Amino acid sequence: MIEPIARPRRKNPLLRTRLPTSPPGARSRASHGFTRAAAEGRFMLQRCDACGTFCYPARDACPACLSADLAFADAPRRGTLLSETTLHIPADVHFRERAPWRVGLVALECGPRLVTHLHADCEEGMPVVMSFQLDKSGQAVAFAQPERETPNMTDDRQWREMTADPKFRRVLVTNGRSIVGQEMVAALKAAGASIVFVGIAEPWKPFRGEDALRAQEGVEIVPLDVGDEKSVADLAADIGGKVDILVNTTEHVRAGGLLDRQGTSVVRDEIDQSYLGFVHLAQAFGPAMRMRGSDGVNNAAAWVNILSVYALANWPVFGAYSASQAACLSLSHCLRAELRPGGVKVVNVFTGPLDIEWFQTVPPPKVAPRAVATAIVSALKRGLEDVFVGDVAEDIRRRLAANPKAVERELGA
Amino acid sequence: MQRSVRTPYDRVVMAVPVTIPYVRYSIESAQWWISRALKALVDGAGITPRDIDGFCVSSFTAGLDSGIGLTQHFGLCVRWIDTIPLGGASAIAALRRAARAVQAGDARIVACVAGDTNHVDSFRHTLENFSRFNQDAVYPYGAGGANASFALIARNYMRTFGARREDFGKIAVAQRSNALRNPHALMKAPLTIEQYMSARPIADPLHLFDCVMPCAGAEAFLVMGEDIAASLKLPAARILATIERHNAFGDDPVQVRGGWAMDIDELYAMAGVQPDDLDFVETYDDYPVISMMQFEDLGFCKKGEGPDFVRQHDLTIDGTFPHNTSGGQLSVGQAGAGGAYLGVVEALRQVLGLAGSTQVRNARIGLASGFGMINYDRGLASAAAILAGSGA
Amino acid sequence: MDSSGLMQFAGAVASGAVRVVDLTFTLSPDFPVIVLPPEFGQAAPVRIQRISQYDAAGPAWYWNNLTFGEHTGTHFDAPIHWFTGKDLPNNSVDTLPLRDMIAPACVIDCSAQAAKDPDFLLSIPVVEAWEKSHGRIPPRHWVLLRTDWSKKGWRDYANLKDDGAHTPGPDAAVMRWLVEERGVIGFGTETIGTDAGQAGHLDPPYPAHHFLHGSGRYGLQCLCNLDQLPPTGAVIVAAPLKIQNGSGSPLRVLALLPAGQA
Repeated sequence: MIEPIARPRRKNPLLRTRLPTSPPGARSRASHGFTRAAAEGRFMLQRCDACGTFCYPARDACPACLSADLAFADAPRRGTLLSETTLHIPADVHFRERAPWRVGLVALECGPRLVTHLHADCEEGMPVVMSFQLDKSGQAVAFAQPERETPNMTDDRQWREMTADPKFRRVLVTNGRSIVGQEMVAALKAAGASIVFVGIAEPWKPFRGEDALRAQEGVEIVPLDVGDEKSVADLAADIGGKVDILVNTTEHVRAGGLLDRQGTSVVRDEIDQSYLGFVHLAQAFGPAMRMRGSDGVNNAAAWVNILSVYALANWPVFGAYSASQAACLSLSHCLRAELRPGGVKVVNVFTGPLDIEWFQTVPPPKVAPRAVATAIVSALKRGLEDVFVGDVAEDIRRRLAANPKAVERELGA
Repeated sequence: MQRSVRTPYDRVVMAVPVTIPYVRYSIESAQWWISRALKALVDGAGITPRDIDGFCVSSFTAGLDSGIGLTQHFGLCVRWIDTIPLGGASAIAALRRAARAVQAGDARIVACVAGDTNHVDSFRHTLENFSRFNQDAVYPYGAGGANASFALIARNYMRTFGARREDFGKIAVAQRSNALRNPHALMKAPLTIEQYMSARPIADPLHLFDCVMPCAGAEAFLVMGEDIAASLKLPAARILATIERHNAFGDDPVQVRGGWAMDIDELYAMAGVQPDDLDFVETYDDYPVISMMQFEDLGFCKKGEGPDFVRQHDLTIDGTFPHNTSGGQLSVGQAGAGGAYLGVVEALRQVLGLAGSTQVRNARIGLASGFGMINYDRGLASAAAILAGSGA
Repeated sequence: MDSSGLMQFAGAVASGAVRVVDLTFTLSPDFPVIVLPPEFGQAAPVRIQRISQYDAAGPAWYWNNLTFGEHTGTHFDAPIHWFTGKDLPNNSVDTLPLRDMIAPACVIDCSAQAAKDPDFLLSIPVVEAWEKSHGRIPPRHWVLLRTDWSKKGWRDYANLKDDGAHTPGPDAAVMRWLVEERGVIGFGTETIGTDAGQAGHLDPPYPAHHFLHGSGRYGLQCLCNLDQLPPTGAVIVAAPLKIQNGSGSPLRVLALLPAGQA
């Protein structure tokens, strides 16, 4: 039976902040097949191409037939909990701080046995559903949940460690001028965020949706121009220690590539807003978030970037935009590594063209701003790291996996 | 009894049981501990280091050195060498390798040694670097050691066969009683079943007295030709039989039996004895549940009858089933790879009548078993040996 | 003038006998800028990027890199800024005559009218009424339109509605008249732009830019403290940065006037 999480009280300013520790993070290369699966919310195991056997842990030869063709494939999640134990005195600092901690041994229906973290409602002998989650070292670990839904399920203490659930957390949405930003605010409030700070640049310029934004409970509009380093630093000085989740909703979309533009003033804006904005936000908010990765129920948990899927493959019609997104994607990997010691996830949400003004002439399918917001809340609740929203993003992802050169040519046609 | 196809261990013997007394923490290196054991071997045998022409070593904390580095470190010139990383099965594996080498004339006097130091961070370092599967699929779950893995095994064993904590406690309590007669045991206080039951939990169902204490120490013995032992006037034991099996029963969902169960009949056939003929048993006791499993797999009772077997027997030195007569790892301490040797060296002392205060009366034949290397979810390595003294 | 007059002047500034009034807003990232339709190139926002501040990046010094458009903050418009002035000689900030950077000003107070109507347009009759009290506007004078708009909060200052900005400025007729009939050296406002917010709908559109720059005259905008200036008698110092072929620049606009006059 899970007790629902209590709303956290105000932080005691006289107490030292507990610093983040990391669970053991070493993994073999083959094991990173699970990292990829966990990042995307898939359950994958190595399956022998020659004899079809699923095996675990990750390895370099099939234990049934010694074949080396052990590609990772989506696998059935169902299993039975064979045995469980509660660790009262773990040897490792990270788990010792979190003791008692429950682990178990699950036999998957498809064959292998997994040592796994356990949701508190899992019972020995009963069926469980498995997933791979990214733990606070950013590495994949197995997690078992009961097959049937139980009350307050997402409040499970061990599950909350693996995810970045907005419930009771304080969120900064960096840009509330855009529809995506406004939908994000609404979705976060609905998901139980205690307060949502919404950044507005150039407050002297009115924008659509402003009144509705101001009218919401638990939503605080703050001045934030991500292109201005002082604006970002000043906001961080005010609320930096209260940002548990940061959602970067900076939106600067302009059509055009290289040869159809004159000069670099638009490019400079793209770089200023998207790339430098990212740098400013990271420098101003990153250190405090990293330090607060273990700071109670509402610890710092995630940084979310909304990126165009064309960060992965340039679409020349929006060529300059694609390039600035690609630059931001690379930065996000840097940030991911730098925030990892704090146990703070960097979540990249890739979308195809959004259903907004700047993609007006692009034919459907386009992604509704609300769908982006929903996908982000879902990613936070599931602890995902790489999310593809909508048909176009999924299409590009698959085509890139199959043949990147074909994607390049087809996008450039 | 079936006939054995295995080549008997003729004309080869074990001699000079050596234990370098354990300490909880040591600032010395594993090399230092191994060298103390080597010194005790040559002194005990009345030989010089130059007379050792075979060397087998096991250690978790020797860092950058395997056996070859140690030859130069210690000034050994050998024509047979092995480094055995089989955890608790290392001693019997060493014995098997060395005995065949001596039988074949590949070496004359083989030193079999295990030694480990214990610095304040040794245990953590060993866990972090234990095995690839452990790194990938166990250590990240907070297990921090074998405790969680054996807890899962123990809990399943209890559910499946009706073993109770009291049954495991009886094993631990009997071993403590034995250890009180061993001046070198690190655990000096008596242990009652009430204390065992009420001890603080480590990882359910394992509590404090289910767990060994890691420490520093070294154990060793010599393997040599029968004739050489005679010329040196050394009390020597014969090896009646050995078995070794790794990664057995991989399809058992949770480990309930070790590799011995596959080859146990062969052990007794090769030795030409029955389980009842044994005067003592030294099991590998990293956890009482594993000792109970060995009672079943080594042929003393059927699978699942372990709890009942324990309830029916007195496991102390003077009891109906003398078990882990020096106190075992649970009460003496686990000196890393030395834990593999603890039971074998004690068995050697017993059959030679050199066990002193822990001597089982008239002990002539005994069994020592080894187990270990919990690579992922089960102990992979297993081995057993039946030794006999001159009177047998 | 002999050198003693100039020295007297310098002494008067130093002693405060000549008062210096700063007509300039601080150049900062949060000051409102002109907003053009998104399809057009936009003026760069002001960016101040710290290089070092007595720290590891520069232990003993503090300095910044700056980014801004030529037309951000309190700024100067040169004739080359508008198509009507593109072919005139000496029409960029680096070539315009130095003597034009120091000139007297006439300050026309329309703050009452602007308070009532954000779309107030300065017209010939209003200027003629001013001339009745203060005399005919001499040639080579700045005409500065005081509206007290600079005292507003930024939102009301920019006053953007869904049909664009609503801020006061001159109508087309008065601009042509000031240039052709009064020979003004330039026109200055407190608002973003020398033209009114809705001047795109005048004929010609943006008449201040059209007529000023078409005749080689200048514009000043985002001025403040015009309420501290007398209707006549102040001398404006407005020296734009010497930017290669520049169309304008942010600058320090100073008004000099005898102390005690306001």
